[in-house]
Amino acid sequence: MATTQKIIWLGRGGQGAFSAAKLLGAAYALGAPDHHALAFPSFGPERRGAPVRAYTKLSDAPINDRSSIVQADFVVCLDETLNDAGVADLLKPEGEFLLVNERITDLAREVLGREIVNTALLALLATRLTSLDCSDLERGIEATMNERIRPKNIELVRRVFAQKDELL
Amino acid sequence: MSTEFLSGDEAFAEGVRLARPDVISAYPITPQTVVVERLSEMVADGSLDATYLHVESEHSALSAAIGASTTGVRTFTATSSQGLLYMAEGLTYASGGGFPIVMMNANRSTALPWNIYGDQRDALSLLDHGWIQAYAVDAQEALDLALMAYRIAEDERVMTPFMVNLDGFALTHTYETVEVPTQEDADRFLPPYQTTNRFDLEHPVSIGFSAGPDTNDIFKYREHERMMQVFDVLPQAEEEFAEVFGRRYPGVVDPYRCDDAEFVIITLGTVAGLVHDVVDRLREAGTKVGCLRLRYLRPFPTEALVEALDDAKAVAVLEKDISFGHTGTVFADVSTALQGAHLDLEAYNFIGGLGGRDINAADIETIFTTLQRGDTDTLHFLGMGA
Repeated sequence: MATTQKIIWLGRGGQGAFSAAKLLGAAYALGAPDHHALAFPSFGPERRGAPVRAYTKLSDAPINDRSSIVQADFVVCLDETLNDAGVADLLKPEGEFLLVNERITDLAREVLGREIVNTALLALLATRLTSLDCSDLERGIEATMNERIRPKNIELVRRVFAQKDELL
Repeated sequence: MSTEFLSGDEAFAEGVRLARPDVISAYPITPQTVVVERLSEMVADGSLDATYLHVESEHSALSAAIGASTTGVRTFTATSSQGLLYMAEGLTYASGGGFPIVMMNANRSTALPWNIYGDQRDALSLLDHGWIQAYAVDAQEALDLALMAYRIAEDERVMTPFMVNLDGFALTHTYETVEVPTQEDADRFLPPYQTTNRFDLEHPVSIGFSAGPDTNDIFKYREHERMMQVFDVLPQAEEEFAEVFGRRYPGVVDPYRCDDAEFVIITLGTVAGLVHDVVDRLREAGTKVGCLRLRYLRPFPTEALVEALDDAKAVAVLEKDISFGHTGTVFADVSTALQGAHLDLEAYNFIGGLGGRDINAADIETIFTTLQRGDTDTLHFLGMGA
């Protein structure tokens, strides 16, 4: 039986929720031949600042179901203002919720020079997934990120892995 | 070959690049835009040696593609939804003239109400315009169809334009792993385009002429015959494709666990993947179910469809389309095939996914339940309590 992990990303247009969803998919799927991933945005018009969702599915078998995720193993929220009562409904009973906090924002600002928290939260999520390590994420960054911003994001990923217990 | 994490649009653009078109003529429209953006970037950075025409409308895009094709060069365009409908006049010029243009269409809802999301009404409403139509299930098949489309369309027995359909968003905007072939392999599979159906000072011909009642029907008959040649040309082309790229495609239809299946969902596009998952689950519980994916809608795969339904007691056609006042367009075609073969089975039509509505596993289970139980109504709308 295939093991599939489903992740819902909550953010606002411009915060990089879909970029993180895609990076996670690439990091996992490009890691081994039997690794499969789908990553897709909440479809539709794009507006900066509007609430957006993105989805990542990871599995050890090909993923045929392209419908959006109703209940996730992880919900990752990039923006505190999106953390409302409805979030709980997006999680499986044993699911885990990762919300941006001051420590994550501080670390992202320190390393990137900007309060863009998507990579930091992605790395924090990866520390909770047994199937991904730091080098997988670095490969995902190489595969999906603009060359100019890769070094700082790789540094940020490494910092999160080193400091994970202080960030949660 | 390289393994990349690409969206359906990006994968298709890679396939077009590998096909080395000489002229790309396009107008952007969601959810097709990424394809023409990527191609324009490739032309700009020199990785694709083509003339890129950014025209002022879809009508012009296809008209320019036809004009380019009359000079004997390989030609590409892409569109979606209202853009495809705006091209409709040109579609029959391309097919009637035997110009093997390849088009990617991102399947999207048609207005009104205006909606940018995926369904299949755009292309299915134009099945009668003389274009080969294929529907991809994932990004890999989309890329591969870009190469296959030129191979089939340009075969001298076929000489018919080819529309490759990708479900809007569910395929065009979903990222997944894709094997991108080398240019060397692509060149082995797809030779340069050569034709006598072109303007040539050495061998002058008349192109784009009129034909009165005394000869017109001959041209239409031949157009039909050319399209039917796809059934002969495709198996050999897919065999060579497998030899070059190592991926084998199953022809005009893709049967999944149909061999002894009593209840079969017939569908097209990406939703077939979801049906496979449900088939696997129901099979484990002992129910004899299957999925038959129509890869090609034109020419219509009558023979292959009938063959795959040998043991079926009831079938459902699931499509993201409705021909208002009748049934889904695919159901009408399937019904014609079943009737011609005198197959004794119940046939139902499920309309779903209109305007981008998600189709989920529970919907598929509902369809199989209806097939097993039987129903007095033929036509059902998913999510409408019917």
